[in-house]
Amino acid sequence: MRARASYDDVVVCAPVTVPYERFSRRSAHWWTGKAMRGLAATGFKPSDFDGFCFASFSAAPDSAVGMVQHLGLTPRWLDHIPTGGASGVMALRRAARAVQCGDADIVACVAADTNHLDSYRQILTGFSRFSQDAVYPYGFGGPNATFALITDQYMRAYGVEREDFGRLCVAQRRNAGSNPLALHRKELTLDDYLRSRAICDPVHLYDCVMPCAGAEAFIVTTPEIAARRNLPGARVRATIERHNAYPEDPVQLRGGWAVDVDALWTMAGIGPDDVDVLEAYDDYPVIVAMQLEDLGFCEKGSAAAFIRATNFEIDGDLPLNTNGGQLSAGQAGAAGGFQNVTEGLRQVLRKPLGAQVPDASVAAISGFGLVNYDRGVCTAAAIIEACR
Amino acid sequence: MTARFRREKRDPLARAVERHVPPGLRSRAMRAMSARAGQGHFALQRCLECRAVTYPPRDICPHCWSELAWEDQARGAVVLSETTIRVTTDLYFRDHLPWRMGKVALDAGPVALAHLHAGLKAGDRAEMKLVLDKGGNAALFAAPAAGDPAMPADVQGREFVVPVKDRTVLVSDGRNAVGRALVEALTAAGAGCVVAGLPPPARPADAKGEQFPAPMVRSVPLDLTDSRSVSECFARLGGPLDIVVNTARFVRPGGISRSANLIDQKKAFDIGALGFSRLAQAAAPLLVRRPCGAFVDILSVHGLAPDAGFAGLSASEAARYSLLQSFRHEMRAAGVRVSAIFAGPTDDEDHQSVPLPKVAPARLAGELIKLLEAGQEQRCVGDFAVDAMDRWLDDPALYSREKNV
Repeated sequence: MRARASYDDVVVCAPVTVPYERFSRRSAHWWTGKAMRGLAATGFKPSDFDGFCFASFSAAPDSAVGMVQHLGLTPRWLDHIPTGGASGVMALRRAARAVQCGDADIVACVAADTNHLDSYRQILTGFSRFSQDAVYPYGFGGPNATFALITDQYMRAYGVEREDFGRLCVAQRRNAGSNPLALHRKELTLDDYLRSRAICDPVHLYDCVMPCAGAEAFIVTTPEIAARRNLPGARVRATIERHNAYPEDPVQLRGGWAVDVDALWTMAGIGPDDVDVLEAYDDYPVIVAMQLEDLGFCEKGSAAAFIRATNFEIDGDLPLNTNGGQLSAGQAGAAGGFQNVTEGLRQVLRKPLGAQVPDASVAAISGFGLVNYDRGVCTAAAIIEACR
Repeated sequence: MTARFRREKRDPLARAVERHVPPGLRSRAMRAMSARAGQGHFALQRCLECRAVTYPPRDICPHCWSELAWEDQARGAVVLSETTIRVTTDLYFRDHLPWRMGKVALDAGPVALAHLHAGLKAGDRAEMKLVLDKGGNAALFAAPAAGDPAMPADVQGREFVVPVKDRTVLVSDGRNAVGRALVEALTAAGAGCVVAGLPPPARPADAKGEQFPAPMVRSVPLDLTDSRSVSECFARLGGPLDIVVNTARFVRPGGISRSANLIDQKKAFDIGALGFSRLAQAAAPLLVRRPCGAFVDILSVHGLAPDAGFAGLSASEAARYSLLQSFRHEMRAAGVRVSAIFAGPTDDEDHQSVPLPKVAPARLAGELIKLLEAGQEQRCVGDFAVDAMDRWLDDPALYSREKNV
């Protein structure tokens, strides 16, 4: 493989989180507009945005195209990213190349989803062809059932206990405690976790995210433009992306990160030990455990031991999902795949929603998206570092 | 009329239990799988070039992008992982929680999600069944590889079949040879109540055939050519009705320009085609209330392509097959299974001059019970029907030509 160009002359800045709501009467368009308003608060006018990158599950029948006209944008670069939980990192790396090559100067990356009373069922119903043909007819458990099958196999394959997943959930809930925007901030004990009701065995209540409405956004631009606006930013040290990795694995016990993990750290020029904060995709704790392994924070098969030996709280050894992650803050559809980027960015820029990870400069951000059939198809990761 | 017949005691204004069906949205490729499942096949797609078997159904081979074709596959599998679903937003599955499903590695190659028999856990060998769910779509069901995994006895398995035991069954014509054999077979299979419809006797000897010795059998006048008679029959039934088997037909030889008999033809249509509609129309409101409602029609395989020597019968059976498919479409939304048994000439008084092979009425009756308990949509019984269906599926134009040379 050819050596990849670095992301010189690009910064990511202006993290925006539109406060989540459990249910919303508003549309995805409204939530997108709110996010744009948040980006504009940094001093940009609507006409300044010459690039627009969009992710949503609930904007139908509109795509990024409809959204551009709805919002009155006139970009010279446009992208629509349908990869859900991987969309934030993917938006970042696409926008970064567009800015680096001069195709756009100021790219607004936005993910927004609403959540009406019946949205969850409706989005599931029309999610993918393989799901409608070969997953939903088997009990209609939605992603809970799919990840229950993965969790069941993963626990048996690597000797992971429910307590181990519980430790991740408890630590994330502690982190959520300082985040005023998190939907769940009440303390969760390991006992609460273990005693919670089964949803799809072995997945229990606190293994599941709460669907909600919300939006997340950030700007990718040049260091010069950011400096002119007095916007603190972070540079992109490395990114990876992979889709449909290991199709021959009968059950997903590893994700696409494992294919590209060496490329990630080589490009970043640092290793997992240099990471100050890890924002890993947390639709279910089993996927967090998988990322700890596949991104090189521990050996494959040793996630249980690593979790038992590591403090994942904000002042811990490896601060993980410092806003509480989706498990505590809520999953606002595709915005769930952006909140890892905005939270990682806030931590390294030292402007967190809640508590600050001491001296944070480097964030590892990881995305995982789209259960098309029996596993998440899209994986992505990025290493960003504050420009100081 | 015996007092044993169960009558549903309920206030006619009481709220009826609404029955839901599983999610029904499918791709065209998946519908092709359902069509094969309905005929009792365990079929998956296989690449014509690289020979790899693929699942879920695709439109092109994921290994070499060549064409795929449906092919019967080995039924063995190993259960890889399992879950018990306790929460769902789907109304049908909500009525049936908790629901066990799992992932299986098929001996044929691919992995698949499947409904799990209560006796299976991760690591077990399984035998896969390709069944139809309540919405009429193909579903993979993993049953224990060893022993006889009786589907009707399994808490989830029974959702994919039509149990006969303890059920109430109406046989539309209990007077003809097939009807009588069927009443006997249903009784032997443990049906709770069998109602034998009796068309008007055509000759004094017919009166002898009105006696059924088994205590759970009850006879009732039923003339499918008369809407009032059909209404009266169902008004007398009143109570729960799980299964209707339509054995009625009018078989007479005769062509169109040669040895034609329009009166015979008219009667064949009146019993076979219009009779089907009268019966189905009256039975539908009762069947949709039942957890495992089913309507089975016994069709002559001449309905696929005509036997010119039985032109009237062939035409009425073709019309009847068409009506059956429309009725099946309507009943899918209500979870009622509409099935067809295809038979060649039966070994009875209607086919006295027809050469062998002919299918024995008792055999036909036995296969019908098997069709119900396998939840099948279609089954051919006897060598004649199997051969006819094979040829017809292979080349319908050739078959209708060669059948009458």
